[in-house]
Amino acid sequence: MATYEFINHRYDVVVVGAGGSGLRAALGCAQAGLKTACISKVFPTRSHTVAAQGGISASLGNMGEDDWRWHMYDTVKGSDWLGDQDAIEYMVRNAPAAVYELEHWGVPFSRTEDGKIYQRAFGGMTRNYGESPIQRTCAAADRTGHAMLHTMYGQSLAHETEFFIEYFALDLIMDEGVCRGVTAWKLDDGTLHRFQAQLVILASGGYGRAYFSCTSAHTCTGDGNGMVLRAGLPLQDMEFVQFHPTGIYGAGCLITEGARGEGGYLTNSEGERFMERYAPSVKDLAPRDMVSRAMTIEIREGRGVGPKKDHIFLHLDHLDPKVLHERLPGISESARIFAGVDVTKEPIPVLPTVHYNMGGIPTNFYSEVVTKTGKNPDEVVPGLMAVGEAACVSVHGANRLGSNSLIDLVVFGRSAALRAAEVLKSGDKQPELKPAMTEGHLARFDRFRHADGDTPTAALRLEMQHSMQEDAAVFRTGDSLKSGVKRLQAVHDKRADLRVSDRGLIWNTDLMETLELDNLIGQATVTVNGALNRTESRGAHAREDFPERDDKGWMKHTLAWFDDASGKVRIDYRPVHAFTMTNDIAYMPPKARVY
Amino acid sequence: MVQLTLPKNSQVQTGRHHPAPEGAKRTKAFRVYRYDPEEPGNPRWDTYDVDVDACGPMVLDVLLHIKNTMDATLAFRRSCREGVCGSCAMNIGGRNTLACTHGWEDVPGKDVQVSPLPHMPVVKDLVPDLTLFYAQYASIEPWLHTDTPEPQKEWIQSPEDRAKLDGLYECILCACCTTSCPSYWWNGEKYLGPATLLQAYRWLIDSRDEATGERLDALEDPFKLYRCHTIMNCAQVCPKGLNPAKAIAEIKKMLVERVV
Repeated sequence: MATYEFINHRYDVVVVGAGGSGLRAALGCAQAGLKTACISKVFPTRSHTVAAQGGISASLGNMGEDDWRWHMYDTVKGSDWLGDQDAIEYMVRNAPAAVYELEHWGVPFSRTEDGKIYQRAFGGMTRNYGESPIQRTCAAADRTGHAMLHTMYGQSLAHETEFFIEYFALDLIMDEGVCRGVTAWKLDDGTLHRFQAQLVILASGGYGRAYFSCTSAHTCTGDGNGMVLRAGLPLQDMEFVQFHPTGIYGAGCLITEGARGEGGYLTNSEGERFMERYAPSVKDLAPRDMVSRAMTIEIREGRGVGPKKDHIFLHLDHLDPKVLHERLPGISESARIFAGVDVTKEPIPVLPTVHYNMGGIPTNFYSEVVTKTGKNPDEVVPGLMAVGEAACVSVHGANRLGSNSLIDLVVFGRSAALRAAEVLKSGDKQPELKPAMTEGHLARFDRFRHADGDTPTAALRLEMQHSMQEDAAVFRTGDSLKSGVKRLQAVHDKRADLRVSDRGLIWNTDLMETLELDNLIGQATVTVNGALNRTESRGAHAREDFPERDDKGWMKHTLAWFDDASGKVRIDYRPVHAFTMTNDIAYMPPKARVY
Repeated sequence: MVQLTLPKNSQVQTGRHHPAPEGAKRTKAFRVYRYDPEEPGNPRWDTYDVDVDACGPMVLDVLLHIKNTMDATLAFRRSCREGVCGSCAMNIGGRNTLACTHGWEDVPGKDVQVSPLPHMPVVKDLVPDLTLFYAQYASIEPWLHTDTPEPQKEWIQSPEDRAKLDGLYECILCACCTTSCPSYWWNGEKYLGPATLLQAYRWLIDSRDEATGERLDALEDPFKLYRCHTIMNCAQVCPKGLNPAKAIAEIKKMLVERVV
């Protein structure tokens, strides 16, 4: 093995990731006087938050009466009751303040006639506990994530956050169950770095790229989740993968749900607005899991559109061009570039496309990472937090509602910083790091750097992506998932035969993609194993062989540990919290989820 | 006209040729700038005969195809692949643009030439060093400045005032405009460049911002702003259809207006 020297850094807090949640956490920690570093493999405004379109949910009531209790009810019902209601209460009650904070920082929200933040309708967001759709999603045209991320990056420049940009995080420094920091590889000069910290906050996003077709960016490889698995900690509810109903057919690029929020609708080959049959009360504004299933059924039953009858149309051509120009300019551009469609005249060809991971690193609503030891399902892992899509708080349960992710980012980014300020003292002494704590990190890095087998990284990645796409899709069966488990095991085994062609250390993207693939393999493996294990249908996890939700057997979170050497998965469970955060609202017991 | 010669170690040499796979029916040559800081030798043009039937429509699709099937050592930035993150800005067929939204069939000429954004130090292959660009962006303090105590709820902003931000806030910081500007090539250390000035105007014109005077003071300098000579390359190349030159003109107007 080559010898590597670390460049050492010491901080109170190290945040991994500079998307919405990472920036909000880093900013809050810096504001609290903690010496904070934020490391990211991409420049902050290139993080995938930038691609969020439709908006951020909060019961501001700018468009008519609203209530955080209604938002809570919708989120619980959207989650198919797998969400933890204490965390959901925390999120929806803190949502309005979080949106006002963003506005005060300068986010260019669209406006109502009286100058307030404009809010639009979104799937599953309703008035008065499910009565009818409500306008709760605060929007900056259809570029809300972009507007937020750029504003938050600007705001973080106003504070004392130190950025380490284009540093690729390798592994968590673990010391007998305590997280002491993180190692990273600096791309532009090839040096390796050891960031010691009292607290590491993982804000490293989802792992959409485990699939062949996703709306997620190329960089969405869930690196923090991969690091957590290698640290011997579990991931939670990974079988719940959200398919967004409207990815552009072929390209997979996102068309916001806000398109339907502004009055767009889906049709099949008969020109029928089929969602009226599946969700009579909210129609095209049903939650994403239901719309994706409905579309899949339409296609399966021969009512898809196009020469192969393999997709669906999204109509915006009946909308006032002024509305399209003002409220949906970004997707009008995307539809033109990627589908060759003029949205004022023609429908957009769309298909359910992998979009979001409800699962992730289990945390409580202080954003502290938890694991299960013995009988205790809520054992806090000292020195480690997780926020954003990487985390599973769980506010989204089995299915996230559109616009609840952006609010999740800022509410829990903030909660992590508040907790850090509460439990840490700036400059507190930190124990000496021992070489043994990072030997494994270097060995792994060096092994992949010099990998000289016969399988190129891109080939193995494609094999994994096809397996996930085919075996863990919108609908799953025991047989498809058994196939998925087998195929992912084969992918894991072929990891030993990988070939990396570039041996350099500076901007070696061949090596970086290989390290990302390694992160993806663990996550994909726990996803299919968790899905095979969960013999019920709930939210985004639709088992054709177990079509009903089973509250008696499955009202619990899956915890999955991954043995990196063998590729085997161990599964255990945490109870879903059957309580709220305060006495202001009662626990909402499960009932039938109809819209 | 003055003839400028590159130093010997910067001259780009003819590099390797990667033939198309057997059986490819339709191929197109992509000449790609290669530079490896860890290897001795000059930068070079590698040629890839790409089986275009195996690729998607965009230049990024071709680059990914090259990386995945022909030459895994090629380095370039990419992320969202839908024109919003700004990672894959590069010079394609002589024009700065995003590889992810630019169709390879739309590049004029027989071959497609791909090189890094011009006039920035090259880290490796198609990866430029954007440190200065980011520092200049930070220098205009791109956040809302207010003295009035914050309201309980949002600042009120009329739809008309909000509309003034359209055409400005959509900037993705890809640096296509700035690195296409001859004035920036010449005075990049001191002239802020179109992208940064577009953002400076975005905050100047925001009805909620209360630091207009200070912001204008900071720009009133022979170099930071006034090196714009309305060459207009910025507006020509912006992959988001924005017009930095117009924003710069508006700043100049504001500076004039405040003295008369």
